[in-house]
Amino acid sequence: MNDKQEKLIDKKGIRLDGRKADELRPLKLEVGVLPNADGSAYVEHGKNKILVGVFGPREMHPKHLSRPDRMVLRCRYHMAPFSVQERKSPAPSRREVELSKVIRESLEPALFLELYPRTGIDVFIEVLQADGGTRCASITAAALALADSGIPMRDLVVACAAGKIEDTVVLDLYDAEDKLGAADVPVAYMPNLNAITLLQMDGTLTPEEFEKAVSMATDGCKQIYPMQKEALKTKYMHIKEETQEETEE
Amino acid sequence: MSTLITKVRQRQISQLIEKGKRLDDRALTDYREIKIEEGLIERAEGSAKILLGKTEVLVGVKVGTGEPFTDTPNEGVLTVNAELVPLASPSFEPGPPDENSIELARIVDRGIRESKTIDNEKLCIEPGKKVFVVFVDVYVLNHDGNLIDASALAAVSALLNTKMPNFEIKDGEVKIKQGYTPLSLRSHPVTVTIGKIGDKLVVDLGLEEEQVMDARLSMAVKDDGNICAIQKGGSGYFTPQQIIEASKLAQEKAAEMRKKLKW
Repeated sequence: MNDKQEKLIDKKGIRLDGRKADELRPLKLEVGVLPNADGSAYVEHGKNKILVGVFGPREMHPKHLSRPDRMVLRCRYHMAPFSVQERKSPAPSRREVELSKVIRESLEPALFLELYPRTGIDVFIEVLQADGGTRCASITAAALALADSGIPMRDLVVACAAGKIEDTVVLDLYDAEDKLGAADVPVAYMPNLNAITLLQMDGTLTPEEFEKAVSMATDGCKQIYPMQKEALKTKYMHIKEETQEETEE
Repeated sequence: MSTLITKVRQRQISQLIEKGKRLDDRALTDYREIKIEEGLIERAEGSAKILLGKTEVLVGVKVGTGEPFTDTPNEGVLTVNAELVPLASPSFEPGPPDENSIELARIVDRGIRESKTIDNEKLCIEPGKKVFVVFVDVYVLNHDGNLIDASALAAVSALLNTKMPNFEIKDGEVKIKQGYTPLSLRSHPVTVTIGKIGDKLVVDLGLEEEQVMDARLSMAVKDDGNICAIQKGGSGYFTPQQIIEASKLAQEKAAEMRKKLKW
């Protein structure tokens, strides 16, 4: 990196956006946002804005893709053309195909696929605005949307990245840190089962830094986990309030 | 990438692995025999064929010229593509690349890119206008498991014997001259994939073992032992302890495998 560029983290350990090394960006989670979907969620993670809709379990189309012994989970991670600086073509890129696959594989361990043979469940993820760490925010929201659809789950899946900027291991990289930083390690985690369901890395870390990054990311996941539960509860609190108002009238 | 095997066979494999044994008598952390043949495609600027047990992957490197990306005007371009050729397995179908071949290509790409194996600035011909484009094409010829490690090793091997065309700039025109210069590599990344079967970590899964596998972790390891790229795959999970254990195993195995590369 050249010297003209501002340091991503200063001597006091404060990052360009004012966060400390182990601090998450502000997070907003909402459940049941799409009337037509069986389950849905909306997440704002920093400037990331992501909408997830779940449809199913339902009959598979095309039929030959269905499995006699289990349900098929399909995921589509897609970025809106206006979600990034340079317009992105709406056709699925190789990156989106790969992310759809790793997101699906991060959610599968949470589901009891064998309970719904011959059916399919679709998870549609639309990134409306991207600000680094979209795959993690997508997983956090997708797990909520699945829970909202009412399908039994072993645990919620939470995701959060850690990485390295300058020489410091930090939590939850945003766009600029992701692009200029030395490494990015997205992690998806089921806190109750202590199970990591997604792990990727690009950029170099020493074994010590890697260990620190994984534990920092899982700690981040543990911070988001109660917010996920709260978002699910909030939906039903609203329903309760509404029905109470109706009975009072 | 699934090929059907019977439930009986699956149980046999997982019960053996639980006892630390495998169908072909390998230890859990043993690779199958590796044979690399270099430069067998004369038309390509670089090539290598790897045999990993019965898994066979051919990698060809072609060098062309093109425009640089606008955000990196001084750098050449690396493009990795993978073809799961239909003759390699009954489960491969002709047609546009599916998610498995895209993932394979992107894992190979990330290993080379993140280890800074190629000095991209040396591939610049005229800043902002013309650069060399290095195409790495991974061709799977026989699928018998662990395509990731085989492809990644063959790709580095092919880059190691890649000859870059000489050129000169005359009156603002780029002219390709006679002769070649070897492409110099700054790193020799080796990708090690570790599968989880039950609660055991297993290296170099064969085709049938992959059907039993819960999840896999592919790690690209540089010469200094540091890891520069990771990809988890499969529908299972790892505990944090298993991930640390796997990363140590990957470092150990990568150093062994690197000896197969000639430079």
